[in-house]
Amino acid sequence: MKKLINAPQDAVTDTLRGVAAAHPELTVDVENKVITRSGGATAGKVGLVSGGGSGHEPLHGGFVGFGMLDAACPGEVFTSPVPDQMVQASRAVNGGAGVLHIVKNYTGDVLNFQMAAELVGDDGIEVASVVVNDDVAVQDSLYTAGRRGTGATVFVEKIAGARAEQGGTLAEVASIAREVNERSRSFGVALTPCTTPAAGRPGFELGEDEIELGIGIHGEPGRERVPMRSAREIAEACVLAIHQDMPLDGDLLVMVNGMGGTPQHELYIVFDAVRQTVARTGATIARTLVGNYITSLEMAGCMLTVCRLTPELTALWDAPVQTPALRWGR
Amino acid sequence: MDTALTLAWVEQAARVVAENRDHLTNLDAAIGDSDHGINLDRGFTHVLDALRQTPPQTPGGVLLTVGGTLISKVGGASGPLYGTAFRRAGKSLGDTANADMHQLSDALVAAVEGVRQLGAANPGDKTMVDALLPAVEAFAAAVEADADLVAACTAAAEAAERGSAATIPLQALKGRASYLGPRSMGHEDPGAASTALILGALATVAAEAHHA
Repeated sequence: MKKLINAPQDAVTDTLRGVAAAHPELTVDVENKVITRSGGATAGKVGLVSGGGSGHEPLHGGFVGFGMLDAACPGEVFTSPVPDQMVQASRAVNGGAGVLHIVKNYTGDVLNFQMAAELVGDDGIEVASVVVNDDVAVQDSLYTAGRRGTGATVFVEKIAGARAEQGGTLAEVASIAREVNERSRSFGVALTPCTTPAAGRPGFELGEDEIELGIGIHGEPGRERVPMRSAREIAEACVLAIHQDMPLDGDLLVMVNGMGGTPQHELYIVFDAVRQTVARTGATIARTLVGNYITSLEMAGCMLTVCRLTPELTALWDAPVQTPALRWGR
Repeated sequence: MDTALTLAWVEQAARVVAENRDHLTNLDAAIGDSDHGINLDRGFTHVLDALRQTPPQTPGGVLLTVGGTLISKVGGASGPLYGTAFRRAGKSLGDTANADMHQLSDALVAAVEGVRQLGAANPGDKTMVDALLPAVEAFAAAVEADADLVAACTAAAEAAERGSAATIPLQALKGRASYLGPRSMGHEDPGAASTALILGALATVAAEAHHA
């Protein structure tokens, strides 16, 4: 294992100290692992709290700021955070209008947020939860823990964040978050596995000429293993997997997300192929994001996430945002 | 079972989890995300610290500290699930200073009910329930048959081991392993394996106390 770390057990806290130093606009409680906007809760605004295992940066801490999240709770690498973090974050960002928990659908994340919501509710703070489950690679939800939360999390955090910034009530912000989730789908491909600092070796093995289709974001294996193929063929597989699940039409928000170990250079090659395949469905790519937004450490590969926009969702996507990893319009 | 024996169980459980850290993590690497041994070991290290800082005065108090600490420190699915198991058992014991066989049996039932309520797992889903439920049933059956603590704990530990081994051919229907579908077959469930280890630790300390 070659990693730019000091010691595996210090990886998350060392990251958080770096985040704190690089982003004075954020307040980072390194010991308790809670990232909030500097300046505290915004009075009268719904507070948005998300969280999940570390190793997916910039998600979630990189999306704390104006127009997006109010707080993020990073867990250990690929391990969900604990209820104490979510409770602390929820208390810190409650401006009197309630708090929305944005939860990726993984058993650990769901259980810990569930316990936290109960505790926060006991404080008299109104809490709503939205579970993101956009991954089409999980086909049979009846026989699994359900679809995983992946790329759509970025869309949900941005659009719900914009709605909250405009003064939406907790019910309205939760409702738009659910709408984004329902209109979004993702499909990912890994070219290499990744190694958590604590484990010291890859989560699974992939041959030199193999790729894994339908991956999640924790270095876990995916739907099937196939021989390596061209960027065009991989992009087609991603678009078609999504199109079969949710027929594409109208205006789309499209993200070609890098898994952490793939250069931007290749992501643009994939995006060009995505564009050509999407064109054949008759849908229009109205908004685009190409880059590393929700990663799996140093895994090479990409994930395609598509949201079928409405005029309201487009306007909320375009609304100003100012976070370490996403900023425009302000 | 008194406070000292309960503490001895937790210390033994922490020891076997530490010894099997890599084994549990390897099981998790096959069908999960390779962190089960790491996380549980980290959790039990915090548990020992917490017990040292504020030593509980009852068996129930020990279990509540164990559960609360696991919930606060572990994360993932195993933190809330194990934490809830220990907390429910602790609550069930109340403030009794020396739990009798029936109280222990009720505490184990409360633990498995808590886990099933939170995780919504059924027997055969390839989870810790597949080790915990048969162990709880074996303990109850032993109590019905007037077995002593050593015999009941041994029966429970053996049932947990058999239950864990029986997860190998199963397809996972809950948790992260479920994403693998049929590819999850042929591997022992890491949560069932750690459950068997923790109940094995109970049988070990019960036998040691008996011979002491």
